[in-house]
Amino acid sequence: MTAEAISEMISAQVGADAVTSSQLQVPQPVLHIAPASLPAVCTLLRDDPALYFDYLECLSGVDEGPEANSIGVVYHIRSITRGHRLVLKCFVQRDAHPTLPSIAHIWRTADWHEREAFDLLGITFTGHPDMRRILMPEDWVGHPLRKDYVNPEFYHDFKTAY
Amino acid sequence: MHEVLHPNATRTELDYAELLRRSAPGKTRLQDLASEEMVLNMGPQHPSTHGVLRLELVTDGEIVLEVIPHLGYLHRCFEKHAESLPYPQTIPYTDRLDYLASMNNNLAFVMGVEQMMGLTGQLPKRVEYIRVLVAELNRIASHLVAIGTFGLDVGAITPFLWCFRDREHILKMLEWASGARMLYNYIWIGGLFFDIPVGFEDRCAEFVHYFKPKLAELNGLLTGNRIFVDRTANVGVLPLDVAINYGCSGPVLRGSGLKMDLRRLDGYSVYPEIDFEVCYGRGEMGKVGDCWDRYKVRVDEIAQSLKIIEQCLEKLVKAHPRGDNFDPRGMCPPKARPKAGEYYSRAENPKGELGFYFIADGKSDIPLRCKCRAPSFSNLSVVPEISRGVLIADLIAILGSIDFVLGEVDR
Repeated sequence: MTAEAISEMISAQVGADAVTSSQLQVPQPVLHIAPASLPAVCTLLRDDPALYFDYLECLSGVDEGPEANSIGVVYHIRSITRGHRLVLKCFVQRDAHPTLPSIAHIWRTADWHEREAFDLLGITFTGHPDMRRILMPEDWVGHPLRKDYVNPEFYHDFKTAY
Repeated sequence: MHEVLHPNATRTELDYAELLRRSAPGKTRLQDLASEEMVLNMGPQHPSTHGVLRLELVTDGEIVLEVIPHLGYLHRCFEKHAESLPYPQTIPYTDRLDYLASMNNNLAFVMGVEQMMGLTGQLPKRVEYIRVLVAELNRIASHLVAIGTFGLDVGAITPFLWCFRDREHILKMLEWASGARMLYNYIWIGGLFFDIPVGFEDRCAEFVHYFKPKLAELNGLLTGNRIFVDRTANVGVLPLDVAINYGCSGPVLRGSGLKMDLRRLDGYSVYPEIDFEVCYGRGEMGKVGDCWDRYKVRVDEIAQSLKIIEQCLEKLVKAHPRGDNFDPRGMCPPKARPKAGEYYSRAENPKGELGFYFIADGKSDIPLRCKCRAPSFSNLSVVPEISRGVLIADLIAILGSIDFVLGEVDR
């Protein structure tokens, strides 16, 4: 199924404002999803027998920087049985605590990947069962993959620069 | 709790009477027995965690009630490095992701960059065949470690020594080609570091000839071994729907019975021209998706990799021989600066699907975002799900059968 058809299907079943925009003339077509309707869209994508996106390949937090003023998550999903692929994007305004809905209950892959996005980019996922850092130390200050991140000079009285 | 004994009675008599009273059926009820949960830390320095992984176990006696993995002991900021360095300079960092299969990591990363730069499909066939050759050699080396350490985890020491002996032959060959024993930096964007050395094809063919009987020997020692089967069959059964929902890939997903291999599905590099079979778990010794199935998929894949290597060697000797006009770096761009855009590239690593998600702005040599989707990361996340209610000894078998490498879990 093409991305255009999927986009129309989402608009018909979830709401006309669920897909905010799309990029279809690229090698991997992208649909931009409104944050509020993300769980509903993902549930539809997974459960609809014609779509059947059963596999979440990759979930990447992306910080586009202070100028673009947007931060969010890119989801690469595919259907093993139907063979089609799709990219979803869900971006919000960039501030100290950006928040997105969690989809860990839809694809369990998202559980650890959302923790990683929280850890490295500071995106909080509402409804996530266990929102805490996963790779960095628990008492680390800041989120390293933010574009305006400044490495702290000391960590536990040790110089971080080498 | 104990009844007060009669002061005049001799101890032995009363102890005996007391024992008899207690052993009478129905006197001791199950709910009277003291039973309490205990938190055990397994790792970060535990031989069966295959690296620095800490598992917090909630146990009741020998039963594991809950597993909480704690990661990050080997976090090296791979993504931060990748977003601070030009593309070619990130390749050595990819070596250190899954350090047992560095060639495959190089290949996955380089394929993504080539896709963004429009180089895919234009490289000389010899380059592609050498890439597949070294990647498959490395796959065998990685699977040998997986099988050897898995045997070691469940108590078989000999296969471990045999696997490492044969793996050493592969590492020596790859060292001959690239100069390094484990961290190669051999596959470059648009080509290779060097052509394979003169005589490499012969030595490789010799290795295949040597290794085939050794593989049969290994099969005879471990695969059907009664003790090994008892320890692994019907243990840690991973149903297919759970595996898919948790994003498992590679032998873990195929062990659950799905016949899917990205080398076939995507057909990248020269894999469409090569004849090989996709191995998957059939539940020969127990249920589909148990530890034994995952083990067997790896053993079968070694045989398939040998088949691929033979075909590559034939092509490299006959159809695309070395020549004076062949330059392995001929297509390497002087500056890797892809057009603005984004691409998610994936490849079948020994551990599973290794993906790189790039965002390029078109103005700099440094990616705006480089996310690494590591197969072991997702494969490891399923462990708490399939480890509820198993014995601690079986948890060791489950961890061994997942075959994760902490280098790419923690990145």
